[in-house]
Amino acid sequence: MTPDPKTRATAKIRVNAAGKSYSTEEGALDALEDCTFEIAANEVVSIVGPSGCGKTTLLWAMTGLHPLTAGEITLDGVPITGPHPDIGIVFQDANLLPWRNLDANIRFPFEITRSRPDEAWIRHLLERVGLGGFEKRMPRELSGGMQQRASIVRALALKPSVLLMDEPFGALDTFTREDMNRLVEEIWMETHTTIAFITHSIEEAILLSDRVIVMTGRPGRVMNIHDVPLPRPRDAEVMASRAVFDLTNAIKADIVSGQVAHRAQNGNGG
Amino acid sequence: MASSRKTRGRGPDGQLANMSAFAARSGRSTQTEVVVIVSVAFVIIALAELLLRAMEVPHYVLPPPSAIGAAFLTDFPHILPHLGHTLVELLGGFAIGASVGLILAAVITQFPFVEKIITPYILLLVTTPMLALVPLLILYFGFGYTPRIIAVALASGPMVMINSATGFRRVDSAKIDLARSYGATTLQIFWKIRAPMALPMILVGLMIGAIFGLLTAVGAEMVGGGFGLGNRLTTYSSMIQMPQFFAVIIILSVLGTLIYVIFFLIGKKWASWEA
Repeated sequence: MTPDPKTRATAKIRVNAAGKSYSTEEGALDALEDCTFEIAANEVVSIVGPSGCGKTTLLWAMTGLHPLTAGEITLDGVPITGPHPDIGIVFQDANLLPWRNLDANIRFPFEITRSRPDEAWIRHLLERVGLGGFEKRMPRELSGGMQQRASIVRALALKPSVLLMDEPFGALDTFTREDMNRLVEEIWMETHTTIAFITHSIEEAILLSDRVIVMTGRPGRVMNIHDVPLPRPRDAEVMASRAVFDLTNAIKADIVSGQVAHRAQNGNGG
Repeated sequence: MASSRKTRGRGPDGQLANMSAFAARSGRSTQTEVVVIVSVAFVIIALAELLLRAMEVPHYVLPPPSAIGAAFLTDFPHILPHLGHTLVELLGGFAIGASVGLILAAVITQFPFVEKIITPYILLLVTTPMLALVPLLILYFGFGYTPRIIAVALASGPMVMINSATGFRRVDSAKIDLARSYGATTLQIFWKIRAPMALPMILVGLMIGAIFGLLTAVGAEMVGGGFGLGNRLTTYSSMIQMPQFFAVIIILSVLGTLIYVIFFLIGKKWASWEA
């Protein structure tokens, strides 16, 4: 069913035998073990799995901020060893700087990289996410959804070719969340940015992704990779289809069996 | 604004270490509060005047507000140079103490081990009244500005340091990760993340430090030397010039209140995001 990831020619990101263990007082704790998969250019890939399966660890390794202890991750064939200007990050909570207004928050990446802001692009993004006219508002004056939209604008401001999203909508209510999913889909259809998306929500994963990677419990391994061969935009009709229903159940079954066979060697990630 | 509605009825109520004092508050409720506060002052002054006159309390025991006001007007030219001396000691000592405290806090919080070693000594400086050192300092440096400025610096510096250190220690790793993800340098992380995040606590430290500085300056002037508002207090009380004595007290209260107001306004402008 799942095509061999190694056959994908235009791998944007290649995760190769990635492992990470933390040293704790009770000895080494393996968070991530022998994860291998690829993300093609312009592809949206979601990573789902039980809590503590190392999804976030994996994503942070991709950012280059928190390195792996085994294996490597490459971007366009070059190992990621540190922060990369071509990678944008959307954090769990919006992670705006509370002492800056919306506009100053979006300009933060340009200040750090000492680059000239592309004013037209920023204005376009702000309008795109529906934040036009809110530039002078402070983060605390914005709703949770608006804050997260602002953080998406910030992440896209430098026009990264990869967007890493770490459970960005987990704290939002269902309706806001659906709205945000549509927004990400729209943005992807416009920019075709490669996206790696961490989520707990299978529905969210199916709506957004070309492929869904299911991980096992700790230590996290790749258990299965599901293709999502659905047309875009994935409107309510598509999302209510039989295919989505079957896919949801298959992913659910994977997650459950991954939890049951916690440390079993049944993943196809090795 | 939603925030002002939330804080309605909860005034700054003297919480020095609470940033809610810096919250942006506006609207009719604040105006009403100001009117009531001023009215209360008027009532108290009027009552004091009436009672002290009715009970014929002698001026050397407790002068009525009118006598204090008259003394304030007639003796202000004599008090003014002393106010100048006190301000020189306060500003000089505070500038030195606050700068050293601030820099020390910024540097030391980067090295947790060094911080752990130094903190107890800073606490010792905070908790020991620096006033106690003044006789010794006078022995070393004479009766001029020097011992007083040193005492003010020693009183305000540790206070600024310990509060600023609390601010600098508030590490939000997600915000630092955000900066690092754009390749921020250590210096950029300091100026763009750590410093603004610490600012509310730094302002609290500066405010408390300045007030401790004023306390110590006046105290040092009372211990020795022939000038300064503290010296006026001892002089007037020894000569039983109570109206003048209270006039100086009023100047000191205004000075202290001014310190609070200045930092309140700075906080409202630059640190209200935390409310």
